[in-house]
Amino acid sequence: MTTHTFRLNGETVSVDVEDDVRILWVLRDVLGVTGPKYGCGINVCKACTSHINGKAFNPCAVPIGEIGADDEITTIEGLADTVPGDGLHPMQEAWLEYDVAQCGYCQPGQIMAAVALVDRVRAENRAITEDDLDSIRNVCRCGTYPRIREAIRAGAEHS
Amino acid sequence: MGKSLGPAGMPAPPNAGRPSTARTPSTAGTPKTGIGRRSFVGYVMGGTGLVVAADLALGAAPAQAAGLPIPSVPQIPEVYDLNDFLTHCALPTSGLIAIHVDELGDAHFALPRMEVGQGITTSTAMIIAEELDLPLDRVHVTLAPARRDLLFNQLTGGSNTTISTYTPIRVAAAVARKALLDAAAIQLGALVTTLTVKGGVISDLLGNVLPYGDAAALAAPATTRKVEVELKAESEHTIVGTPQRRVDARDAVTGRKQFAMDLDVPGALPTMVCRAPDLNGTAKEVRNQAAVAAMPGVTHVAIIPTGVAVRARTFGQCIDAVRALDVAWNAGTVPGRSSEDILKELRRAQLPLAVPKLGATTVEGEFVFHFRSGSALEPNCAVADVRADSATIWGGLKSPIVAQSEVARALKLPQGKVTVNVVQGGGSFGRKLFSDAAIEAAHASKAFGAPVKLMWHRADEPRQGRVHPMATSRIRATVLLGSVISFEQRHTSVSTDFTHGLGERLTAEVAALPTGLGNLGFSETVFLLSQELPYNFGVVTQLLNESNYDFDRFNTSSVRNIYSPDVRCANELIVDRLAARLKLDPVVFRLRYAKSGIVKRVLKRAAELGEWGRAMPAGTAQGIAIHKEYKGATAVLVEIDCRPETVNRKVRDAVTGPRVTKATVVVDCGLAINPLGIQAQMMGGFADGLAQALSYGNHLVDGHFLEASWDNSAYTRQWNSPFDFHCEVLDSDSPEPGGIGEAGVAASMAAVACAYARATGTMPTEFPINFRDPLHFEPKPFVPSIPESPVNGLDHVS
Repeated sequence: MTTHTFRLNGETVSVDVEDDVRILWVLRDVLGVTGPKYGCGINVCKACTSHINGKAFNPCAVPIGEIGADDEITTIEGLADTVPGDGLHPMQEAWLEYDVAQCGYCQPGQIMAAVALVDRVRAENRAITEDDLDSIRNVCRCGTYPRIREAIRAGAEHS
Repeated sequence: MGKSLGPAGMPAPPNAGRPSTARTPSTAGTPKTGIGRRSFVGYVMGGTGLVVAADLALGAAPAQAAGLPIPSVPQIPEVYDLNDFLTHCALPTSGLIAIHVDELGDAHFALPRMEVGQGITTSTAMIIAEELDLPLDRVHVTLAPARRDLLFNQLTGGSNTTISTYTPIRVAAAVARKALLDAAAIQLGALVTTLTVKGGVISDLLGNVLPYGDAAALAAPATTRKVEVELKAESEHTIVGTPQRRVDARDAVTGRKQFAMDLDVPGALPTMVCRAPDLNGTAKEVRNQAAVAAMPGVTHVAIIPTGVAVRARTFGQCIDAVRALDVAWNAGTVPGRSSEDILKELRRAQLPLAVPKLGATTVEGEFVFHFRSGSALEPNCAVADVRADSATIWGGLKSPIVAQSEVARALKLPQGKVTVNVVQGGGSFGRKLFSDAAIEAAHASKAFGAPVKLMWHRADEPRQGRVHPMATSRIRATVLLGSVISFEQRHTSVSTDFTHGLGERLTAEVAALPTGLGNLGFSETVFLLSQELPYNFGVVTQLLNESNYDFDRFNTSSVRNIYSPDVRCANELIVDRLAARLKLDPVVFRLRYAKSGIVKRVLKRAAELGEWGRAMPAGTAQGIAIHKEYKGATAVLVEIDCRPETVNRKVRDAVTGPRVTKATVVVDCGLAINPLGIQAQMMGGFADGLAQALSYGNHLVDGHFLEASWDNSAYTRQWNSPFDFHCEVLDSDSPEPGGIGEAGVAASMAAVACAYARATGTMPTEFPINFRDPLHFEPKPFVPSIPESPVNGLDHVS
């Protein structure tokens, strides 16, 4: 086992675990951070989508040994703290406004993917297109896809 | 004994569970108009703190079926359907449901049903808030653990939750309100009739106030007291019928919502199962047990009935261990068999059609519906802590009493020694009717002598998990003198497993069924109780046969809406053919032949909202379909794009194909408790129907299913979703709520199929329509049974 130190939701954490354990399990099984969900373990369903240094990634597909002390991981639990104020992130607010969630299992990953998508599109200085929304790979077995599309557009306006 | 226990272990009052005495109609008025209220009896429970109770069987008024002959016309579901049966089953239970009002005046209720996304915690909180005059956020609904005293009345299925619980929950809330007002009247020295309630605060005419919390402390009697209450009229409702967001929405978007695998049960370490390459194969011997047990993080390795279980510090280490196991396997239950073999079996088992084929007057078709996975996004999972003489389970279980019984049997413990805690589920789709993971977890915990947090790997879900049974549907209709005079359907299916509790109900309640159904198997009974052709087509017969009465061969379940999506999809495709034969527009034809007003209403509205008949470019088309079930009706109108540039668009590792660009759903589901929740269920039902029509199937090849990932099983994804989805919930003439969890699937699947037929000029006969296309994926290996987690995630940050 090795001691791994990294930034998680604004705080520095250290954890003793083998280098090859994927970050998803370090978060969930070792640190008890359960917002990122398991849905496949092979970077397909995207239920575990979180951010690394502000960009979307899937912790089920990254060994803990791949990241260092300066890497900042943000999970759904830390998303609200990435924006000013005490409230939620505008994307979370949009999710509430459109009552997107049904069972809710995929929604932390959906929201984290949506925030990264909006950031990416904004960096390209353009508006979100249907193609952008089609590019989201996150599975929602409850079928909330049309509401996700609406909420992302609304969340983008307020982000 | 168990059966005399009420809520929270309190002794039940003597009359509990006897609806004939508990329900005392004071007037025989028509509830539809809100006049002529019935009064109901409930209980204020003795003790400290205000706990009120009502019989869970209250208000259940299914159609009276006993003694009725099987009508040829109308069909059985028109007078007595599956929901009547489920509601009937609730009648003889002795259990009570209880609402507790705490010292802050908040109401607490443990719902004996399971929330899997369908929104029943929200709608139930709304019903309580309404009757109790309490703000919605002060009603706290949790899920009740397995309660054996509820007998059959703790099964979440058949879209029956609100149908069966609406009245009893209202009665309990009304009893609470009355008890609080009675206590306040004494405290304030006022007449009860002069008191008013707003937001959980009681006021008298002089402006004196008493919050519910204070009244609750005064309201509890020393001994249990029976009280009579009346319920609010629909016209007085201020919460029920209004759109309300989910009560757990904030938890869901902040990551705080807890599912079974998020629970922190002391000592319960991650556990996974290495499964056989064959469907339902079993482990004979582990050849490298010691080596695997010595792998990093691994604590235990043991053979259990469904494979080899491994327990480790992290699930990642479980995955590595499962992959490292060298196991000798016994053959599975369908060794060497493929979809084509099962299709041959089904065709051999088809029941004959009665009306002969009559040349040009006959319209017919045979349809094939392949297996599809009932996987939810949350995999099968459960936590188990098995001790020497007791066991505790935590899981998303829609049939917790059956789970309790099966876990007890697996562990050779008395049922009373097994505690089953029900946790909210990450979707169900028929999957969580069964307790597969709970039983596995119990076996593993017992074998290890340690608590486990057992979860299926995704790859095992489509391969070894429960599937919608493969089926064929043969239809023959006859047109004579400008009219449809006969419509026959022979549905032939791989046996469906109904042993999750519904089957037990059918056995126990045979006498309740309409005459003639008692001697049929579970599946045929469910089929006859749920299938209704909503058209006047003269002589109508719809029959089910099963190819093989062995539900252990395939792991099946009803997978959202049992037979209806397939049956209705086949029906509606033939209906479009009949319309064409009679040179009538599909909507005009349906309106002319539809049996019921409710169906015509949703159909007309969908046609209007969705602009039926508008000009569409070649290669695109509209399709429309209807469905009547769950005490309501649904109409779905879609527009599909089957032009080559759309069909052939590329998305990595995905099925693209035809795209439904627009969907309009209109539903009449009886009294709408939460229109927003109903719209959500219709959207979800649509996604299901869309996938089942176009892309979502399981390929059985050489004794096992090929699909092992969400990129293999092509369930609806963003790139398949309509750009424009609209759902309208009609104001219903019915005073009672219907079922919504499954109501959207059948008409959606049928409408998509009909649109595809009209856009391409070819009626599809095999579903999903892409089933015979070259596979869009390379099947993953079967040994090891699960894939390695990638290590290159940082190459794909975005």
